[in-house]
Amino acid sequence: MLLMIDWAFVVEKLILISIILLGSLGVAMYATWGERKVAAVMQDRRGPSRAGPFGLFQPLADGLKLFMKEEIVPDSSTRFLFILGPGLAMLTASMTSAIVPWGPDYVTDSGRVIALQVADINIGILYLFGVVSLGVYGVMLGGWASNNKFSLLSSIRAASQAISYELAMGLALIALLMLTGTLSLRTIVEQQHGFWNDGYFTWNFFKQPLGFIIFFVCATAELNRAPFDLAEAESELNMGFHQEYSSMKLGFYLFSEYVNMFISSAFMATLFFGGYNFPFMDSVQAGVPQWVFVAICVGVLMAKTIGFILLFMFIRWTLPRFRYDQLMNLGWKKLIPLALINMLITGAVLLFFFNK
Amino acid sequence: MDIQQVLFWVLSALAIGCGLGVILSRNPVASVIFLILTFFMISGHYILLNAQFLAIVNIIVYAGAIMVLFLFVIMLMNLNADTEPQKSRLIQVAGAISGGTLLLVILAALRTSLYSVPLEKGATDIGLIENLGKTLFTKFVLPFEVSSVLFLSAMIGAVVIGKREPAQEDGGVGAALRQPNQN
Repeated sequence: MLLMIDWAFVVEKLILISIILLGSLGVAMYATWGERKVAAVMQDRRGPSRAGPFGLFQPLADGLKLFMKEEIVPDSSTRFLFILGPGLAMLTASMTSAIVPWGPDYVTDSGRVIALQVADINIGILYLFGVVSLGVYGVMLGGWASNNKFSLLSSIRAASQAISYELAMGLALIALLMLTGTLSLRTIVEQQHGFWNDGYFTWNFFKQPLGFIIFFVCATAELNRAPFDLAEAESELNMGFHQEYSSMKLGFYLFSEYVNMFISSAFMATLFFGGYNFPFMDSVQAGVPQWVFVAICVGVLMAKTIGFILLFMFIRWTLPRFRYDQLMNLGWKKLIPLALINMLITGAVLLFFFNK
Repeated sequence: MDIQQVLFWVLSALAIGCGLGVILSRNPVASVIFLILTFFMISGHYILLNAQFLAIVNIIVYAGAIMVLFLFVIMLMNLNADTEPQKSRLIQVAGAISGGTLLLVILAALRTSLYSVPLEKGATDIGLIENLGKTLFTKFVLPFEVSSVLFLSAMIGAVVIGKREPAQEDGGVGAALRQPNQN
């Protein structure tokens, strides 16, 4: 009984998982390069330019530097948790990629359907929330195990910020779920097929603009990115929860932030901006071979994702940091009521106009 | 033995192991981590029972929210091994007796379930989110709403308790507490 496993399926999924993991690591790597280039352009500098053309090898050099540096574990730290922290941060960052549908199904000549999604579970969005809520542990355990006041303060800041903004994020998504009527991301993407249908846009952004804005603000806060990067406010906390970390353990923390940014951009593209769908996709599908169509779809999703990453970067280099009370006020007193109102309006419109 | 049984035994062994870890580890932070792992194992059991919604909500609520608050409290209390108070022999005996009584009651309550029909795998869809939602909002809508009112009142109570009253800022309890520090 145990050996009755569909080996082709297992191999297919393993290949897909490896591609997604390597791909998100690659995108995260070049996001660090992109961030420095964006910052440079916005501040009228040149940015990394020495390693390779346009400084394109800079991330490789940075990675090598992090690997080569001496690894220091403070004497007074809790050794096991100190090492576990960055690992957990990286794990939770890459776990969410499992449910993103990266492209439409590919049907081989023998009739075998290859789904470009690791797992289509019928609780997709709840899974996303589960993993996001676990993301706090990497930061908290790392910050506490360092046995440093600043690290502890910063990790508590990061955790309470994440918990506060998870609420508004969930409420914003509930309004979206009332529209879609499903938690499966695959179905949500298929509902947004094309761009225009029945005299209205199909993408969820045009049905839930307020929900998207709330979701975007909360995602920025969950990522601990400026203007919500209170956890690493240099002027108050020296550096943040990863102050005691060195070498690749520090690299894991910094890197998990970029992986998170990539995945959450992919989620925003999937949930609100039609995923891999694009205008006139039906006529394109009829005109080109299947593998070209699938490649175009994956490319479209990637383009949208990179667009969101760029948006995150523009915001980081434009807006100053919030004060902590401003952050909490925005989360609890503005975003949550706004999300509740959005939910009420969505419910009322659905009930009175569409009679769902 | 099919794959479900293998998974069941592995999950059960891990759950019991982690549960023992909660009470046997000296470090309170390690206890919390073991408890989180136990929640994961229980969620694994829910998935085996085809109750995916319960599984993920268990993780979101317990592992993701409640245990984070536990960690907050433990981290801020600055517990060290040498400051841990020694429990007296009397309390240890009382704990053993009450724990044993609880075990007895649970065994007595679950004894009959040993003889009941084993759950057919895949036979139940009640744990899926659609069925659960329909049941909650039709058959059990009144208890559901009453329990949400209970939660609301608990939230309001927490806010009231946590709120600092501006009238007592100067004088009253606050001033009396501050008095020794000024000497």
